[in-house]
Amino acid sequence: MPHITNVMICTCTNCISNSALDIRDSLESEIKRRELEDDVLVVPTGASGLCVNGPILIVQPEGIFYQHLKTKDIPNLVEEHFLKGRPVKSLMYVPPGQDSPIPELRSIPFFKDQRLIALRNRGLIDPDSIDEYIARDGYKALAKVVTSMKPEAVIKEISDSGLRGRGGAGFPTGRKWESRRKDPRTPKYVVCNADEGDPGAFMDRSIIEADPHSVIEGMAIGAYAVGASSGYVYLRMEYPLAVKRMQLSIEKAREYGLLGEDILGLGFDFDLQIFKGAGAFVCGETTALVASIEGKIPEPRQRPPRTTLWEKPVVINNVETWANVPVIVNWGAKWFSQIGTETSKGTKVFSLAGNINNAGLVEVPMGITLREIVYNIGGGIPKGKQFKAVQTGGPSGGFIPASLLDLRVDYEQLDAAGSMMGSGGMVVMDENTCMVEMARYFVDFTNDESCGKCTSCREGSLALLQILQRICRGEGREGDVELLEELAEAIKDASQCGLGQSLSNPVLSSLKHFREEYEEHVKNKRCPAGVCKALITFDIDKEKCTGCRLCAKKCPQDAITGEAKEPHVIDQEKCIKCGVCVDVCKFEAVSIT
Amino acid sequence: MSKIKPEDLDSIGEKIKRTMLLREGSCRVKIIVHMGTCGIAAGARNVMKALTEEIEKADAKDVQLTISSCAGLCSNEPMVTIEQKDQPAVKYVDLNDEKAREIFSRHVMGGKIMSEYALAAGSERTL
Ligand SMILES: Cc1cc2nc3c(=O)[nH]c(=O)nc-3n(C[C@H](O)[C@H](O)[C@H](O)COP(=O)(O)O)c2cc1C
Repeated sequence: MPHITNVMICTCTNCISNSALDIRDSLESEIKRRELEDDVLVVPTGASGLCVNGPILIVQPEGIFYQHLKTKDIPNLVEEHFLKGRPVKSLMYVPPGQDSPIPELRSIPFFKDQRLIALRNRGLIDPDSIDEYIARDGYKALAKVVTSMKPEAVIKEISDSGLRGRGGAGFPTGRKWESRRKDPRTPKYVVCNADEGDPGAFMDRSIIEADPHSVIEGMAIGAYAVGASSGYVYLRMEYPLAVKRMQLSIEKAREYGLLGEDILGLGFDFDLQIFKGAGAFVCGETTALVASIEGKIPEPRQRPPRTTLWEKPVVINNVETWANVPVIVNWGAKWFSQIGTETSKGTKVFSLAGNINNAGLVEVPMGITLREIVYNIGGGIPKGKQFKAVQTGGPSGGFIPASLLDLRVDYEQLDAAGSMMGSGGMVVMDENTCMVEMARYFVDFTNDESCGKCTSCREGSLALLQILQRICRGEGREGDVELLEELAEAIKDASQCGLGQSLSNPVLSSLKHFREEYEEHVKNKRCPAGVCKALITFDIDKEKCTGCRLCAKKCPQDAITGEAKEPHVIDQEKCIKCGVCVDVCKFEAVSIT
Repeated sequence: MSKIKPEDLDSIGEKIKRTMLLREGSCRVKIIVHMGTCGIAAGARNVMKALTEEIEKADAKDVQLTISSCAGLCSNEPMVTIEQKDQPAVKYVDLNDEKAREIFSRHVMGGKIMSEYALAAGSERTL
């Protein structure tokens, strides 16, 4: 069994002269005395860089740093840290001129459970510097495949790693490459799908902004494996910084001979260009994407036959999928496949947004629970409010309620919960979120973005939207909920592409988990979350109101009246239910019913 | 730059690593301003500008100012990382130009970490 904790003790000349070996012996005997040998392993290492503060211990995986150790400190250290799990602050690294140590980055919950593969260089390198990318093993994987691997071997490595597409559907990447490799038609193409249209999603933008060369290198490896000589990065125009960094990086790579003819002097030719997308959501769908590159109307086509670009074979993968490729080549399929769950290997990048304390970009191993993401990494819900649901998969995904917070994040588990992995948008919703309104929001989005080719999607989404709108307006009719359900299923069955096939998911999953909320709107004309304006009124509690006049001053409609120091009242005729009074009241005197 | 061969990757890497890790060379401190879209939207350009001015004012030739991307914690941008020889990197959060100037004079020039603005020390788990 592997040890839970590794204690790295620096045994460089410097530290040895500071009695590092005595410390090591003392550690080992204390660990033995406490019967912790199976849990804690002492590992002698080379110079840690901070040896002026020696002897030094670094405790992994927490990364806690102890310095200036004396043998007499060891019994207490072993007892407190390894037995009781309480790191000893007094022995920790204290930055110069400091009274108390600042925490170790990896001990902070936001960073602790993250594991960076696709984002391995985030925040570490200057994305505009190809040299800094190279210094972190950049382009070594490309050199490795071109010098020493057959294309088939590259594909086998990717297949064995278990890598699946990060753009939504989770198709096995190796299998996709294999089929394109076998296609006899030439030339072949590789494409990076950086269209990223899901509301609330910003993973792909961040990867390109942070580390454009990781995508370029991945694509070059893919091109070598399938036999392609040119490629496109389909990048949406609304990401100007990503476009700029990608453009600069492509030029730099060309200058270095890492793109273009005779790459690395090894006779492999591959070049890359950016195709700027104009921001239509449907263009992220593969057949629409290729139509867009071909200069045609970006309408999805029937599949099979397999998607082609100018009737030639094309591999289309998502940004994050490509960014994983060099790491798999460098570290091996076996290493990669040890991370994650049975069916979903590696990590996934999520953009964490909505009602969450730590909004941001997180990369976590597959199999982590939603609870860990929301509470440990995300730091929970602001203002101590209740968690209501998390939305994954964007407009094609669904809502996952609190009862499923312990769900392990992988492709299958999310599907089974009525949602999907999608590309990695994760929007957290608190108790003040109306699920009917949220479903309406997403259907409004897809209705807007439907390309209009299939009647079921074009008209069906409109019909869904109209029903949802009237429920939110308090005009829901008996039977509307059933009608929504029937319509949603029909749209799923009758639409050609993923947009239409999945646009019902927000409706169906909110119905599945929050049906009573729909019933309240329709039958009792109530919005339990206090969101739908037609169904709520704002009132001032006479007991709580101190007559401070703040709400009256802030009300844009001048709907609030009352004397100073006397309870105020809201004129319901004038009130537009904007909620400003609720936000400004310091005494929680304004209630929504 | 002429076209490179596989063996050049190592030498480029070595050369850059030395400056990246501040082991050698004239650079004593490296300041990284996180300039993703999130950082820029939150005011990273002002932070960058303030730091540039301070470095000029102090004529600090041993301080390197560079950029990187989003550090992940978008809700606490603008963020800056300060790397110093033989010390774990320190990440500062929720900055503006004034705080950046303060950090410059007290931490970069004065060697005193400002725990009021610091998030943590060290780096993330990669691979
Ligand atoms: C309406 C729609 C929008 C899509 N948008 C994107 C997108 O923005 N980015 C993306 O990578 N995949 C998107 N996809 C999924 C792609 O069709 C495709 O599955 C993916 O790019 C394949 O790459 P992967 O195997 O690496 O995930 C979208 C699919 C549909 C149906």
